[in-house]
Amino acid sequence: MSSKINQTEPDVVVIGGGVVGGAIALGLSRSGASVTILDEGDVAFRASRGNFALVWVQSKGFGMPEYAKWSRRSADAWHGLATILSEETGIDVAHSQPGGFMLCLSEQELGKRVDAMRRLHNQETMTDFPYEVLDHAETKRRLPDIGKEVVGSLYSPLDGHVNSLKLFRALREATIRRGVDYRPNHAVETITPRDGGFRISGPWGELGAGKIVLAAGLGNARLAPRVGLHAPVKPSKGQIIVTEKTAPFLDNPMVTIRQTDEGGVMIGDSQEDRGFDTIVGQPVLSVMADRAVRMFPRLAGLNVVRTWSALRVMSPDGFPIYEQSQSCPGAFVVTCHSGVTLAANHVLTLAPAILSGVLPNAVASFSARRFHVPAHV
Amino acid sequence: MKAVAEIGEIADHYDLVIVGAGPAGLSAASRAGEHGLSVLLVDENPAPGGQIYRSITTTPVSDRTVLGEDYWRGSAIVARFERSAASYAARCTVWSIAPEDSDLPGAAFEIGLSLDGHARLIMAGQVILATGAQERPFPIPGWTLPGVMTAGAAQIALKSSAIVPKGRIVIAGCGPLLYLLAGQLAAAGAEIVAVLDTTPRRNWSAALGALPGFLRSPYLAKGLRLMAKARRNLRFIGGVTNLTAEGTGRVSSVRVERGNATQSIACDTLLLHHGVIPSVNLSNAAGCLHDFDETQHGWVPQLDDWFASSVPGIAIAGDGAGIGGAESAALRGEIAALDAARRLGRITIPERDAQAAPIRAQLERSLRGRRFLDLLYKPAMQFLAPPVDETIICRCEEVTAGQVRDAAKRLGVTGPNQMKAFLRCGMGPCQGRLCGPTVVELIAQARGTTPAEVGYYRLRPPVKPVTLAELASLPPSEAAVKAVVR
Amino acid sequence: MFRPMSELRLASDGKAEHDATRAPRLSFSFDGRPLTGRDGDTVAATLLANGIDACRETPVSGAPRGPYCMMGVCFECLVVIDGVGNRQGCMVPLREGMAIETQHGRRQPEETQA
Repeated sequence: MSSKINQTEPDVVVIGGGVVGGAIALGLSRSGASVTILDEGDVAFRASRGNFALVWVQSKGFGMPEYAKWSRRSADAWHGLATILSEETGIDVAHSQPGGFMLCLSEQELGKRVDAMRRLHNQETMTDFPYEVLDHAETKRRLPDIGKEVVGSLYSPLDGHVNSLKLFRALREATIRRGVDYRPNHAVETITPRDGGFRISGPWGELGAGKIVLAAGLGNARLAPRVGLHAPVKPSKGQIIVTEKTAPFLDNPMVTIRQTDEGGVMIGDSQEDRGFDTIVGQPVLSVMADRAVRMFPRLAGLNVVRTWSALRVMSPDGFPIYEQSQSCPGAFVVTCHSGVTLAANHVLTLAPAILSGVLPNAVASFSARRFHVPAHV
Repeated sequence: MKAVAEIGEIADHYDLVIVGAGPAGLSAASRAGEHGLSVLLVDENPAPGGQIYRSITTTPVSDRTVLGEDYWRGSAIVARFERSAASYAARCTVWSIAPEDSDLPGAAFEIGLSLDGHARLIMAGQVILATGAQERPFPIPGWTLPGVMTAGAAQIALKSSAIVPKGRIVIAGCGPLLYLLAGQLAAAGAEIVAVLDTTPRRNWSAALGALPGFLRSPYLAKGLRLMAKARRNLRFIGGVTNLTAEGTGRVSSVRVERGNATQSIACDTLLLHHGVIPSVNLSNAAGCLHDFDETQHGWVPQLDDWFASSVPGIAIAGDGAGIGGAESAALRGEIAALDAARRLGRITIPERDAQAAPIRAQLERSLRGRRFLDLLYKPAMQFLAPPVDETIICRCEEVTAGQVRDAAKRLGVTGPNQMKAFLRCGMGPCQGRLCGPTVVELIAQARGTTPAEVGYYRLRPPVKPVTLAELASLPPSEAAVKAVVR
Repeated sequence: MFRPMSELRLASDGKAEHDATRAPRLSFSFDGRPLTGRDGDTVAATLLANGIDACRETPVSGAPRGPYCMMGVCFECLVVIDGVGNRQGCMVPLREGMAIETQHGRRQPEETQA
């Protein structure tokens, strides 16, 4: 056994090299830790390659107002993160916060959205989350290209978006420039608590660390129990359509349509529980395309250049799980389906807290203990 | 043959849908028709023939010696197809092939079609992909300049329009098609100022082992004749080790390196050719598994003796099954069609085997010598993984070799799919067709591994352009609406 | 830039003609310039035959590009045809009266029907 490894152990090993793992690693590294990232290879369930790139606040937090606050805090901090990434890597991740719309194609849809928003805001601790309900005329005034079938919309100035692939790359670039040891093709099989630290192993060998952070997306479900944590995450399939590049027409992000800084239009936000199936399905694409064209008729003639399906990492209630193991202190789990929105918090707040060994109060609600409540009969 | 003019004329269901009207697709359609299968042959071009027999029924080139007798062989293949009962949809693209999950008997696949801006979904019991080959990417500095084209492009212009590049032409690369094209262009009166041969000298030793097969092959006499003719009449420059296309706004010269010697040759058109590789986009998107073939140095679908892919019900015939040339393509099409008939219960296994036996014998003959050519004309490493950092390797997104190398070495990018996310290579309209092989090669080189280890892009439909309006026009399902409208 | 292959023959009226020019001619325009092309040619071939070898500017750097593969693979021959952008010139047959334009960078939206 290679109990003696001919390289110095990092302070922290982050398992997972996506947007979540990258953000945590960057934050740790900025706080002075030596970090190793263990990642899978080219073909893996990578939510980071298939997300919709929203920094989204308006509809989040029903059932857990702390999540609304946490999301808003990250949206606010995102300006700072974009600056950091630009300074550290020279990469402009095209972050902006112009306010986001949810366009509705029927009175029923609009009613449902408005109700959901009221219920969200009726929660006691929700305060000062500005939003507006707009009719067709006002929506049209703000978004002249909408189609006549758009009956109205919800708008919040808190919403924004980024180029998530540039974010993905900037996180890698920044961590590598800071000396983070990134190791691809290092899928993790086992983690064993040992001597106040952890031994991590896989087909590639073994590595030790004082602290570990599980940021392995869907892989967290399997890894967490090895260190006394619980991460009951499951896949939720989302499909995305990307069009050819077209002239700029849409600054604002929407839940289902956004134009990237490169010019392509992304159409998305389907949600299916199909296990680990990532097959792109025409019926879902057709519904998405149909709705997009009704929202913006000018999109009709655009060629589709790509479709993609990816798996969201969903906890039972849809909220993040942040927790330090009680039985194995030093082992943390970080998992969420909004790795882009929450990236600023992960870099600036969560990672320093992980290094200090104590998670902040702001994330106390995100413990997986919330899933241990005895079931109601 | 029943020509389809509008998408509405296409039926909802066929026993067999064949994609591609080259020798493989035409022969498969003819043979399947003879066994009573209902067949739809779909092709994106206006006329049958594929690339090798391009415009065979419509070419304006009247002097038969210009394109040569091998080209005109295509007439008989098309004529046989025209006598068949198959339906033929020209100018029609296949943008997706998906397993059909309904229980309709004989409906194993759902095929997404587009014709004249209108999309349709139809069902097929069996599918034969006969999508042929494309030219191997030939990334050199300046290859994106107007006036630089593939040799195949010039050949297509000649076959379908009887036009040749105006002014001084330089042809560069290696492989049998290069010499064929040089001969055809010369016969058509084009002014070829130089043929730059990039065949690596040391390939001869690698190929020597395969020489006995080549000596018994039909290529030999034909190839020698072509070479001799081209060499007699044209200025041949061998041992070329590097090329750069130069010019402002369009190509005006090509810089040629032969070891340490460098010269510049003024030209108006530069034609590039480094052999052909199977077109894998549709088969890849349909879920068929592919392996990296070391001899052909390209990705080739995993196929059994009947050209059946790893997806039951999808066969791949023609050069898409591995480069074999026009004659073998037609024979492979026949064999794949026989197996489709067997799978559909129209013929028994012994009937299929009996009918296939003589075709197999011919196929074996037609492939003799291929290995020698593959080994001899394998492009040198510097043309597969361009050493000059500034060389554009993804023409759509203008990603350079240096960027790919840097991401592979420094950012730990181990494969083309992660590279795509980081650099956008393969995300443009060509969907990786012109950068995929180079990206894989550069990653393999930078990380000290092999293309087989690196893997290839995972492609998704649509593999051909389809508009949002076309997608939107297709029938949704209740579950799909529920997945989107929440 | 392309030209008819050199084979010359005499037509029934005694005039010399090329294979490439025997078919009926179609009128079209390129960036507003009136031109003619052979009935049966694709848009890309027609442009080459008319001495036009750069037909688009890329959306990334604005660099000029022209037809590269002529077989639908490379998407370099993208042009605007009758107001519709990013069409593959090598896959579209020339039609009488076509208005063909250079594809300048990203695709512009067509006029949508109200």
